[in-house]
Amino acid sequence: MEILANLGIGLDAAFTATNLLYCLIGVFLGTAIGVLPGLGPAATIAMLLPATFALPTVSSLIMLAGIYYGAQYGGSTTAILVNLPGESSSVVTAIDGYQMARKGQAGKALAVAALGSFFAGTVATVLLALFAPPLAEVALKFGPAEYFSLMVLGLVASVVLASGSLLKAIGMIVLGLLLGLIGTDVNSGVPRYTFDLPQLADGINFVIVAMGMFGIGEIIRNLEHEETRTLVMSKVKGLMPTLDDLKRCAAPVVRGTMIGSALGILPGGGAMLSSFASYSIEKKLAKNSEEFGKGAIQGVAGPESANNAGAQTSFIPMLTLGIPSNPVMALMIGAMIIQGIQPGPAVMTEQPALFWGIIVSMWIGNLFLVVLNLPLIGIWVRMIMVPYHLLYPLILVFCGIGVFSLNNSDFDIFLMAGFGLFGYICAKLECEPAPMLLGFILGPMMEEYLRRALLLSRSDPMVFFERPISATMLGLAILALIVVFAPSLRKKREEAFAE
Amino acid sequence: MNKFVHNPKDFWSGVMFLLFAAGAVVIGQDYSMGTAGRMGPAYFPTVLGGLLGVIGLVTMLRGLFTRGEAMERFSYRNALLVLVAVVLFGFLVRGAGMVPAVIALVLVSAVASARFRIKAALPLSIGAALFCLLVFVKGLGLPIPAFGPWFGQ
Repeated sequence: MEILANLGIGLDAAFTATNLLYCLIGVFLGTAIGVLPGLGPAATIAMLLPATFALPTVSSLIMLAGIYYGAQYGGSTTAILVNLPGESSSVVTAIDGYQMARKGQAGKALAVAALGSFFAGTVATVLLALFAPPLAEVALKFGPAEYFSLMVLGLVASVVLASGSLLKAIGMIVLGLLLGLIGTDVNSGVPRYTFDLPQLADGINFVIVAMGMFGIGEIIRNLEHEETRTLVMSKVKGLMPTLDDLKRCAAPVVRGTMIGSALGILPGGGAMLSSFASYSIEKKLAKNSEEFGKGAIQGVAGPESANNAGAQTSFIPMLTLGIPSNPVMALMIGAMIIQGIQPGPAVMTEQPALFWGIIVSMWIGNLFLVVLNLPLIGIWVRMIMVPYHLLYPLILVFCGIGVFSLNNSDFDIFLMAGFGLFGYICAKLECEPAPMLLGFILGPMMEEYLRRALLLSRSDPMVFFERPISATMLGLAILALIVVFAPSLRKKREEAFAE
Repeated sequence: MNKFVHNPKDFWSGVMFLLFAAGAVVIGQDYSMGTAGRMGPAYFPTVLGGLLGVIGLVTMLRGLFTRGEAMERFSYRNALLVLVAVVLFGFLVRGAGMVPAVIALVLVSAVASARFRIKAALPLSIGAALFCLLVFVKGLGLPIPAFGPWFGQ
């Protein structure tokens, strides 16, 4: 019963007054940003990262994780009450959730979403505890060749599963890899692409890139179409679903949890993709499929469970392999590096309290979220109505102070403004910023592993294909690319995203 | 131009990728290349630059031969106001201090909104400055003065 012993370590780490407090702060902030207009988890975590440097590692990561899955809860609240998904993963929740709200069943929809998410979060936490250790053990045997191939696979998978133009997404990855190389080359000590600026000698801090692209770029974009939010109801009543509702939701919740857990592990839009998959499956399986789109309770329960499970299991590749599956995970990896921890399979054995503490804290955090969300719904409703024109100047203030506090350098602020402009241009060109951030974080690591692998093999590139694990991963990456670029399947993919 | 470019978003994305690729390869020439077994600092960026160049070229060509939506208009005014506000904050924060920098950032950026009202923006900026003073300077102890050396303190 090793898992119980491990969870015991996690309980010890998570159940301290400080860590419980940071977990609570994390999920509270997460829900708030999920509810507030135009502010996503990636930008928020980037803004808060500088403030966490002074915290103990476990506390800071527990809080950052809480922000991420808390945002999933908050995102569904806005989806149901104002028909505007707070996060991309709650797009489908808006379809039936908002219709339920218009029929006066907002309370019921919110309750089902919260309870389904809690169930999914619990199951996904157990899965994480079960599957992470064996995966990390396999990964401990990895050499540089395996790591390089794993990163290639991770990056390829992250764009195959994302929506939008594949070619442009790959371009953004490569661009991110290149930007990640700016700074002093660790092997030769040569400053690369620094334009003789001493401020660039240590490279660009990923917080600056994330805040620029996801914070400032997004604000300029949002200002183009400022939305007015109108609530369907001023007071949310009737929170408790009936026994009949619960019966109808049980199966969708379980199916959603399974779909979400499986898709969440894959790099790319785990949480978003799984909510879409769950919705279309429930629509096909339901006896009352004609009710879908008009306020079917299953259409809320399934996707909400799926996106929460997906958000939770996306921690598996991050914690065990050190590979980010989405921008938020990339930021968490950055947070670990700043705290002096090299992400990867060794984290579990060298920092068991950190590893298991985060896992246990997720379950605690989910419990907090159910408690926070249902009774405090009045607060969230008021937050939904915060007008964007009063909010975004404050976001800019937090970005500015956050970036300045990294190095007390005004150059960093100008750099952030530059990335903000770049992010806005990318949005106009429909080039996704998320793959770029993944590439940016992985760039230096990939170069290092490539170097070591080829040094060990005496510059024989076949090393990547001769080692079985490495060959399998590269094979999968190539297969994924062929599948997506093949014309007939490409059409299906487009249809799937159009749905 | 519109005669040839049928998919401007792809076309200009391709141009952007090509520019970055060219930059990476050209600047990379200053560093030593090394060999695959002993990579110099230029090796990996040059390979990536080449890859990005190919992707950029294909994307650009796709912009010529496929049909796509027109580019949305750039809202220069909003972008400029937001970016100028941030840059202004960068210039002010060290010399003028936290309070003037935050007030300037909030006031200038707030003008970008279609719902800008000075009656709302002014108290917002003062409130934000007070909040930052209490939380970041007094609370977290960031080394940013409330009013900087420009005010003779």
